[in-house]
Amino acid sequence: MMKKSIEKTIPYSNISFGTEPTRLVRFIRVCFIFQVYNFFRLNLKVMKIVVGGHS
Amino acid sequence: MAKVVVLGAGISGHTAISYLSKYLKKDHEVIMVSPNSNFQWIPSNIWVGVGLMTPDQVKFKLAPVYKKMGVDFKQALATSIHPEGDAENEKGFVTIKYVSGENEGKEEKVTYDYLINGTGPKLNFEATEGLGPNKFTESVCTYDHAEHAWGKLQESFKKMENGERQTFLVGTGHPLATCQGAAFEYILNIGFEINKRKLSHLADMWWISNEYELGDFGMGGAYIKRNGYITPTKIFTESILKEYGIRWVKRAGVQKVEEGKVYYENLRGEHHTKEFDFAMLIPGFSGAGMKAFNKENVDISSEVFAGNGMMKVDADYTPKAYEDWRAEDWPSTYQSQKYDNVYAAGIAFAPPHGMSKPMESPNGTKIFPTPPRTGMPSGVIGKIVAQNIIHSIKKGKIEHPHTASMAKMGAACIVSAGYGLFKGQAAVMTVNPIVPDWEKYPKWGRNIKDTVGVVGTAGHWMKLFMHYMFLYKAKAKPFWWLIPE
Repeated sequence: MMKKSIEKTIPYSNISFGTEPTRLVRFIRVCFIFQVYNFFRLNLKVMKIVVGGHS
Repeated sequence: MAKVVVLGAGISGHTAISYLSKYLKKDHEVIMVSPNSNFQWIPSNIWVGVGLMTPDQVKFKLAPVYKKMGVDFKQALATSIHPEGDAENEKGFVTIKYVSGENEGKEEKVTYDYLINGTGPKLNFEATEGLGPNKFTESVCTYDHAEHAWGKLQESFKKMENGERQTFLVGTGHPLATCQGAAFEYILNIGFEINKRKLSHLADMWWISNEYELGDFGMGGAYIKRNGYITPTKIFTESILKEYGIRWVKRAGVQKVEEGKVYYENLRGEHHTKEFDFAMLIPGFSGAGMKAFNKENVDISSEVFAGNGMMKVDADYTPKAYEDWRAEDWPSTYQSQKYDNVYAAGIAFAPPHGMSKPMESPNGTKIFPTPPRTGMPSGVIGKIVAQNIIHSIKKGKIEHPHTASMAKMGAACIVSAGYGLFKGQAAVMTVNPIVPDWEKYPKWGRNIKDTVGVVGTAGHWMKLFMHYMFLYKAKAKPFWWLIPE
């Protein structure tokens, strides 16, 4: 693990410029209640886009 | 009584024939011509490629479904179209060659009143030396390719379990390849499985792409609303790769593959190599290779098809500089430019130009992604083409009340990043429209309110939900038509 985190922050390497999630974000990504909410929110958003995209 | 022939049982062709059979089967004839005996839900091939689904879970036999629909299914390859007929036939017809059963090898002329070309892409492995599952790289473009890839991947996992380091290389295998999304999903799933097995210290993972910047995905990149910022997909994509410990090579046109080694040229014109133990590289796509002939049997393929073998439709094919590309260049009815009763749906239609800016190395090698037309847009196009044909048959004249331009149509891309009901991950990205419209949306190119970029378990549930929902729909089970494309 240690080796991997060092590799990701080698100055000026491509990989060093990306963002990385904090522990809180990682928790939210698998938090059941929040994800159930996201599931319905995202499905509604996708439905709206698909249905509105053709006539 | 009208006769409608559909070529190809992929997402667009199968969607089209489902609607045609539902609304026409009692009074008209609907024929499907496809060399494949199975329908496959291609987005789930990713999971076959990491051993989390079997091929049987992503495919089903077409014959029983078409029997239920009342469709005449001919398991055959379409070799040529004759829209003006010939000396024997007044009507247009398609020449087909059966590929299985008692008629195998036999040729037949199938006449039509309306034709839908939904033949999809030819996986053009031959365009890159050494590419493909029969040579040195893997593919997840079909369920049998994905199953083969899983076999190879297991060998690498076993070597890692024995302490051997392995290099994984995933991405595009041709300078003009598209479908970066599928390759992106695959490398994330490999990364997830390696982490799950606690083998990441033995894995060197590399993404190789013909994109100028990551996150281009053949649609010129996008801006998405995310955590209070408008973020370019470049940042979004690079961040996900970083999180999984995947490094990348961009602006790379793969030119040749040998055992364990990829040769590529970059946009600076430099030639490099990258060694690998396991590689999955998406091939370039081309048209199905059909020919077209007029009544006098003169080859008119160049008038009906574009140079890449895809069919010319109601798009503006005038060569233009990138700066002059317009949303209106994109087709909306998918009617052939030359023949009113012929349509091309899904990947079979020739796009007027790319969405990504064309790039060329000093050596003259074009290195940029061609536009994607898979999944959701293919289904929607198949549906509206069918609806217009149904309308025209009922009205007795060709009209197009239904339209679906990719410059007006939105799409959702659900990028699987790991399988599991409680720990599975996927990135959900939405864009609207697919083709950027800089006149209508001068700031971001697309409607920023309709964009989203979210990573989480909900995305995995969505992808899983869509897997079961779309297979249900494709099997034409009760109320299938209530499920949107």
